[in-house]
Amino acid sequence: MTGVGLTSPLGDDLPTFRKALIEGRAHIENIEMRYMGTVHAGVCHFDAKRYQSRRELRNSTRVGSVSIYCAREAVKAAGLDWEAVEKSRVGVYLGITEHGNVETENEVFNISQFNYDTRYWTHHHNPRTVANNPAGEVTLNMGITGPHYTIGAACAAGNAGIIQAYFMLRLGEVDLALAGGVSESIRTFGIFAGFKSQGALAVHEDPNKASRPFDKARNGIVVSEGGAIYTMERLSDARARGAHILAEIIGYHMNSDAVDAVLPNATRQAECMRAAIAKAGLTPADIDIVNTHATSTPQGDIQECEAIRAVFPVETCPRTRVNNTKGYIGHAMGAAGALELAGNLPAFEDGWVHPCINVDDLDPACDTGNLVLNQAEQHPEIRTILNNSFGMLGINSSLIVKKFAD
Amino acid sequence: MTKEECKQVVLDIISDIAPDESLDGLKHDVRLRDQLDLDSMDFLDIVMELRKQHGIEVPEEDYPQLASLDSCAEYLTPKFNAVSA
Repeated sequence: MTGVGLTSPLGDDLPTFRKALIEGRAHIENIEMRYMGTVHAGVCHFDAKRYQSRRELRNSTRVGSVSIYCAREAVKAAGLDWEAVEKSRVGVYLGITEHGNVETENEVFNISQFNYDTRYWTHHHNPRTVANNPAGEVTLNMGITGPHYTIGAACAAGNAGIIQAYFMLRLGEVDLALAGGVSESIRTFGIFAGFKSQGALAVHEDPNKASRPFDKARNGIVVSEGGAIYTMERLSDARARGAHILAEIIGYHMNSDAVDAVLPNATRQAECMRAAIAKAGLTPADIDIVNTHATSTPQGDIQECEAIRAVFPVETCPRTRVNNTKGYIGHAMGAAGALELAGNLPAFEDGWVHPCINVDDLDPACDTGNLVLNQAEQHPEIRTILNNSFGMLGINSSLIVKKFAD
Repeated sequence: MTKEECKQVVLDIISDIAPDESLDGLKHDVRLRDQLDLDSMDFLDIVMELRKQHGIEVPEEDYPQLASLDSCAEYLTPKFNAVSA
């Protein structure tokens, strides 16, 4: 990993995002949602016009704009001479939780203004809703002629995009990958209404306190938009061009619960983490930071903490520290895994572990014994990070990166 | 509606569809696609906006009539006048 471009409710570049995490500052807003009224949401405020003309923006999807912004910023951060890059050897692999809901809802609303006459349905609907839209918009904007597609993996999608790029680089299918996760989910009422009907939509009088993983008073998810896209290269290529290496991917695993469509499963999550650690040639005690998926739902957090306790008991893993990122930015859906990994990566250089925030009253069922709570911690050296991302239909992903050392 | 007013309606729609384009100095007798960065989806946008904003239908076989500002005015002005009658 040699560069990252991101947009988040906390800012639109890694240093800004990181600073807020270390300072323990959440940023969640109240927005007006069609049919629903006021809801909490994590909103991004990146400058879309930096990389898209007004005409492109008019035809683009929101998640297309998120993707283009993140991809362009990633290339810039990697110090690549983009003009000189062979575009047929670049692949774009973006994780998405869902796609097309925003555009379809908008069009149904649009034709409702014309007595549901489908002659008023836009001809832009199909290019906007094909599942490869976010990745395809990146290729159009950047002139990339290598492969592009999205990886639909519910809320494990951010990790899944990175893992797919890792495979394609190792197979020699591409020489450079733009990979990560993206989301426009706050533009669809359906996701909010679905979580509400499920009893899993967070509510709090202070929006910045609404997402509170591991706290006794947590009552659900805050939906957010965002994106994080990495430039990924084979290590030999990155070293040959003298690139600054953010992190080296050393382990990954994905598996399925095969139990329930929405309820998570601690046993399978633990298996997923253990398999990733084994592939990395490590033991659990070698993991310095675990970024938990921790969505702030009553049941989901308990299941994950049970899995963390099983894999990282404090007695045998005294170095391992456990945090989460959703207390700050809510749940960025397809972007979550990639964005949360980005927030932790600077720990390799600054030694800080950002805390779980909004934990006023720790739920004993979530107390793993190694949580970083409410105050950032400084450690002499952070060498490894395990990033969890889990999703509906029982999809689990764990990704392990290490600090690069010559 | 006069032909000049009709042209202004079309120009207003184009300025929304292609906000980065300068419409100054547009030649009325030359194809719009030869003067502006417009693709087939943009022309469908023009057709949609005529329908939405003005209740005017342009059947597919008549799309070539929208090629230039002059041909737009020639074709659309009677339609505007029929709608407002």
